[in-house]
Amino acid sequence: MVELIQISPCAGLLPITLGSVTLDEQDVGRLTSLSPFGDASDLSAALEKAHGCTWPKPNRSTGKDGGRCIWFGRDEALLIGPAPDMGLAKHGAVVDQSDAWAVVSLAGPGAVDVLARLVPVDLRDAAFKRGHTVRTQVMHMNASITKLGTDHLMIMVFRSMAGTLVYDLKGAMAAVASRG
Amino acid sequence: MRIDCPMCGSRDRREYYYQGGAVMLARPAPDAGEAAWDDYLHLRENPAGETEELWQHDGGCGAWLVVTRDTVSHEISNVALAEDVKRAMRKAS
Amino acid sequence: MRLAGKGLVDRSTPVQFSFDGTTYKGFAGDTVASALLANGVKLMGRSFKYHRPRGVLSAGSEEPNALITTGKGAGQEPNVRATVQEVYDGLVTRSQNAWPSLDFDVMAVNDLGAPFLGAGFYYKTFMWPKRFWEAVYEPVIRKAAGLGALSGKSNEDTYERAYAFCDLLVIGAGPTGLMAALTAARAGADVIIADEDSLLGGRLNAETGAVGHQSGAAWAAAVVAELSSMENVRLMSRTTVTGAYDGGMYGALERVNQHTSHRGGGAPLECFWRISAKHAVLAAGALERPIAFQNNDRPGVMTAGAVRAYLNRWGVTPGKRVAVFGNNDDAHRTARDLAAAGVHVVALIDSRNDVAVPDFDGRVFKGAQVCNAAGRKELESITIRTATGEEALQVDCLAVSGGWNPTVHLTCHMGGRPTWREDIQAFVPTDGSIPNMTVAGACNGVFSTQQCLNDGVEAAKAALKALGKKNADVEVPKAEDAPYQMSPLWAVAGKGRAWLDFQNDVSVKDIKQAAVENFRSVEHMKRYTTQGMATDQGKNSNVAALAMLADATGRGIPETGTTTFRPPYSPVSIAAMGAGAQGHGFAPERWTTSHKRSVEMGAPMIEAGLWYRPSYFPKPGESTWRQSCDREVGYVRNAVGVCDVSTLGKIDIQGPDAAKLLDFVYTNMFSSLKVGRVRYGLMLREDGFVMDDGTTARLGEQHFVMTTTTAAAGNVMRHLEFVTQALHPEWEVSFASVTEQWAQFAVAGPKSRELLNGLLDEPIKGESWPFMACGPVSVVGVEGRLFRISFSGEHAYEIAVPSRYGASLFDILLKRAEEMGGGAYGMEALNVLRIEKGFITHAEIEGRATAFDIGAAKMISAKKDCVGKTMAARPGLVDEDRPQLVGLKPVDAAKQLTAGAHLFERDAEAVRINSKGHVSSVGFSPDLGTMIGLGFFARGPERHGEVIRMVDHLRGVETEVEICHPVFLDPEGERVRG
Repeated sequence: MVELIQISPCAGLLPITLGSVTLDEQDVGRLTSLSPFGDASDLSAALEKAHGCTWPKPNRSTGKDGGRCIWFGRDEALLIGPAPDMGLAKHGAVVDQSDAWAVVSLAGPGAVDVLARLVPVDLRDAAFKRGHTVRTQVMHMNASITKLGTDHLMIMVFRSMAGTLVYDLKGAMAAVASRG
Repeated sequence: MRIDCPMCGSRDRREYYYQGGAVMLARPAPDAGEAAWDDYLHLRENPAGETEELWQHDGGCGAWLVVTRDTVSHEISNVALAEDVKRAMRKAS
Repeated sequence: MRLAGKGLVDRSTPVQFSFDGTTYKGFAGDTVASALLANGVKLMGRSFKYHRPRGVLSAGSEEPNALITTGKGAGQEPNVRATVQEVYDGLVTRSQNAWPSLDFDVMAVNDLGAPFLGAGFYYKTFMWPKRFWEAVYEPVIRKAAGLGALSGKSNEDTYERAYAFCDLLVIGAGPTGLMAALTAARAGADVIIADEDSLLGGRLNAETGAVGHQSGAAWAAAVVAELSSMENVRLMSRTTVTGAYDGGMYGALERVNQHTSHRGGGAPLECFWRISAKHAVLAAGALERPIAFQNNDRPGVMTAGAVRAYLNRWGVTPGKRVAVFGNNDDAHRTARDLAAAGVHVVALIDSRNDVAVPDFDGRVFKGAQVCNAAGRKELESITIRTATGEEALQVDCLAVSGGWNPTVHLTCHMGGRPTWREDIQAFVPTDGSIPNMTVAGACNGVFSTQQCLNDGVEAAKAALKALGKKNADVEVPKAEDAPYQMSPLWAVAGKGRAWLDFQNDVSVKDIKQAAVENFRSVEHMKRYTTQGMATDQGKNSNVAALAMLADATGRGIPETGTTTFRPPYSPVSIAAMGAGAQGHGFAPERWTTSHKRSVEMGAPMIEAGLWYRPSYFPKPGESTWRQSCDREVGYVRNAVGVCDVSTLGKIDIQGPDAAKLLDFVYTNMFSSLKVGRVRYGLMLREDGFVMDDGTTARLGEQHFVMTTTTAAAGNVMRHLEFVTQALHPEWEVSFASVTEQWAQFAVAGPKSRELLNGLLDEPIKGESWPFMACGPVSVVGVEGRLFRISFSGEHAYEIAVPSRYGASLFDILLKRAEEMGGGAYGMEALNVLRIEKGFITHAEIEGRATAFDIGAAKMISAKKDCVGKTMAARPGLVDEDRPQLVGLKPVDAAKQLTAGAHLFERDAEAVRINSKGHVSSVGFSPDLGTMIGLGFFARGPERHGEVIRMVDHLRGVETEVEICHPVFLDPEGERVRG
C-alpha cells in the first residue's frame, strides 16, 4: 500500500539549545492567508463569528493559541490554528499556506538579543509586547515575527529556507551565548 | 537611512526596494501618443531638492510607497501609500 | 619605566605577551604601547615611505606610528594600533614594514634617497620605459612602502553584526558624555553610551584633577557603576562609533574579544552595530596635535597629553629625562604631573613670551622653540632656539603640544563642514550638521572639565526636550580646572624635514611643494602628498597641514578649508561589516522537498536564483555528464521522466477582478479562459520588452494560479503589486505566493499517464484530461492539483501536493518511473528537451527581446490594453531587421555550438559590426545526434535552410550552422496531445 509521508520543514534540524535560548520547530496547525477583495470589515465580521478573532491591525495579532490571527502584510492576515470556515471565502481570498512556512519558536532569556543579531527591528520588551507582530527580515530572509510571551517569539520564513534560518539563528545564538 | 512606512513604522532602508520617480503612477492612455509615453518611461526630473520617489516595502508589508525626499539633505518629508496617492489622483482628475 | 603607586592598571593581574619574538610583562589594563614603554621599548615601527624609526606618538586610536600585527596564521591581523590593543596572556605581536628586523631595516636606505622621493615622486620618476610601471616600478614600490600584510589565508574568526535602538546615543564617555548619559538616564530615557576605550572616563583617567571630592577617574567609575545598574542604559565600552548616517543611523564597531584569547565556538572577535537613535550627543572629545620641527619624529617625541596619559593612567613614564614643549597652557600640566611623580623634567619650553608657568624643579624657556631632535632609534637630545641663540639639551623624551583639535569627524559624515574658531585655533562642528545631534564638551571646543560637565547636562536636557521627556535633577560636581590659552605655532622654521603626517611621511616641505606646483586646493594637496590618508586619516596632522597650505598660498585657514571626513572614523574590518554573510550565510539557500534525495543520488546541484536544482542524476558507469543527460532525455522521449518543478513561481490570484488583472499584465486574453483549463501567457515590461512567460490555470470563475519562471518569480510578484497598488487600486483582487505551499513535479513522457494512474484515487483518461486541462485530484488520499502541461513536447503533466508530502511523492514517482524504464531528470536534460521543442527561457528573454523577436507578436491581443502594448509597437521594436528567434544546427553534425557565440553571414569577417545575431541556448539532442541551438538572427525566419557562420571569439570555436525552424522535434505537436 502506497502512502504519502509528511515531513516538517525543520525535520532533523531542531531543537537546538545554546546558552539560555532554545530554538524549536512549532506545529501550529493550519496556516491560512486571508485577503479581503476590498474593505476588510465584512471579512473581519465573518472571521470573528467563525473563529472568535477579529481582523488584526498592522503589527498586531488577535485571538489566542489555537485560533490566532496575525497581521501578515498589506491587506493580508494569517489565520493560525483552525481549518478556515468556508464562509470567509465570500469576502476575500482564502489560501491554504500550511505547508509554505517554516515555523519556529525561539525561547529563553536572551532570545531578543539573539534576534537583535539578525533583525533590523527593535524587539525589546518595551517596544515589542506580547501579541505584537512584524513583517521584517531575518538576515536576508523575509520573515514574520510574533511575540508569544516574555522571551518567547514565533518566527516564520519560507519553508525552503528552513536550513538557512536554522544556520543564521544558530550562529547568533552561539555569539550571544559566548558573551555569557 | 530609514523610511517611515505608513503601515509598519520606521524601518531600516534594507527592507525597502527602490524603483524610481513616482511619475510611474500616472500611466498615459494607450493612445496618448509617443511623446507622452516617452516622457512617462524615460524622462525624469533631476532636482537638487525635493523629489517624489517610489519605494516598495518588500522586506515588510509589501506596500508600494511614494516617498518625498530631498536629494540634497536626504531628508524624507513625507511617505504615503501609493494606492492612496493613486486614488487621490483619480479623484482630482 | 613603570612608576610605583601610579596608574589604574591592575597590578594584581600580571600578563605576558610578545613583541617581535621577545616576551614582555604587563598588567591587565595595559595596552601594548603602555606595556612596551613600561619595558623601555621605544622603537615600535618604521615609517611608510622612508622606513624611519618611529616610536609611539599618542595614547589613543589616532596613533600614526605604532602599528603592529597581532596573531599568527589565518588569525593574523595587520595595522593594529599598539595604543588600542590591550595586552592579554599569550598575545603575539610584531612590528611591520621592516626587513630583516625593526632594529636593522634595509629599506631605511630610502631615507637617504629622500630628495628623490618627495611629494608626487611617482608621477615624476619611473616614467620610462612606460611598460616598466606595471611590471617593475609599481610592484617594487608597493613592496617597499607599506603597512602590514594579511595572511592570505581564509579568515577563520567569527564576526558578528547586530542592531540596536535607543532614544539617546551618547558618543564618548568622558566627563561630557558621562554627564549627558547620567542626566538622560535618570530622566528615564533609553540610553546607549559608547566609547572606543576599554575604560570609560575619557581624559578623566589620564588627568589628575579632582571631580567632586574624588579623583576624576574615581568619579567616572562611580558614574559608570550607576549607569550600569540602570535597565534603561546600555554601556558599550571598546565600541567606536564609526559613522553617522541618514535618519539617525550610526555604525559602531565593538571589539568584543580583541582583548582576550577567546576564539572559536561562535565567540565573535568583533561586532558591527547598526544603531538607530532618535537623538545623539556627540561628546567625542579632542585630539592633541604635535608641532612640526626638524626630526620631530624621533622615537621619544610624543604628544604632551599622551605622556600624561601614560603617566597617570598606566603608571608609566616614557622617559627618565623629559622635556615639555608647547604653545598652550595645557602642556604645563605634563611638566607638573611628571615632576610630581618624581620624573626628572629637564625643561619646559613655551613658545609664548608672557605666560605663567607652574612651579617645578626644572628650567623654563619662554618665547622659545624646539628646532631639532637627535638620536636615530631613540631620542637623545633636542635643540632649543631662544632669542639669544641655540642650546642642546640631553633628553630621552619630549612631550609636545600644539593645541587640541575637537574631534569633529562624525559631524562631517553627512556633508557638514566644520567652522574655524580663531581663539582656539581649531575647527569646531557646525550646528545642525547632523540632524538630531547635539555636540558637547571638548568636541565643541570646550576645554575645561567643569564646563564639559555642565555642557553634558545641557546637551542631555536638549535631547530630553526633543524626545518629549521631563528633566531629572542632576547635581553637577565641582571640577578642578585650569584655563586653556594658546597661541598658534604649527611648524618651527628651519632646515631639514619637519614632519606633519607621520604615517605617510609627509613633511612641511611636501606641502609647500604641492602649493608651488599649484595643488592649492586642500583636496588636491591631499591627493598629491598623501597627507591624511591611510589608517589614521591624518587625525594628528590635517589641521597643521592645511595651516601650512594656507600659509603657502597666502590664504587664511577658514578659506583653505578642510578635506572631507568620511566614515569610518577609525578602521573597520570588512569581516565585521559583512559579518555572517559568508559561506552558508551569503544568501538564503532555498531547497526543494526533493533536495535531500537528489543529493543522495549524487546529483550536482546548480543555483537558480536562490534555489538549488539538480543538474543531472549520474548512474554507475557514466563518466561524463553528457551520458547522464542523454539517458535522462531518453526517459522523457521514450518512457517517463520525473523532475521537480516546485521552484517555478506560483501565484494564487483571486477576486472579482482577477481576470481583469491577468488581461492587463499578460499580452494575451485570460478572461476568456475556461475553468479547468491552462493557457500560456506572455508578460511585457512597460517599455515593450518581454518580462516573463508562463502558464496560468483557471481553477474557478474568480480563481487563477499563475506560474512564473524560477528566476523572475520575485519580479513578477513585485510587478503585480505595483499594478494593483499604484495603477489600479480600485480593482478587487488579491494574490499570494503559493510557491512554497506546493511541491510540484513534472511527469513527462509517453508513459506519464500510466504512471500517474497508479497513484491517483480516480484515474484519468484522455478525454477527461486533454492537453492544457487542470483541476483538483486526490493523490493516494491527499488533495493535490494536476495540470496537463508540457515543457518537453511530450505527453506530460505537472502534479502538485502540499509540500509536507513532497519528499515522499518524489520517492514514489521515482520508484514507479524506474519500474517503467524511466527515472529522474535534471536541468541539463530539461534544457535539451525544451530546446528540441523551441521553448524559450530567460536565456532567450534576457531583457532585450521583444514579443516580435521571439515570434510572438500575434500574442499581443488587439482587443485590449496591456502593460507594454503601446511601447511594443514602436517601429524599432518590430523592425524586420531585428535578430529574431531561430533554430540552429551545425552543418557538420560533429561540430560544436556554444551559447554566447555571435552569428555572421558566411563570407563576412567575424568582427563586431558584422554580427547579425547570437546563440542563446545549446544542447546535444540524442534524437538528432547533433548539437542544436536557439538563437537570434536578423530576418531569421525568412532564412530557414541557409548556412551562416557561428564564431565564439572567447572559446575559439567556429562552426558553419544552418538556420532552421526553432522547433526541431514533432513540429505538429502530436506527442503532446497523444
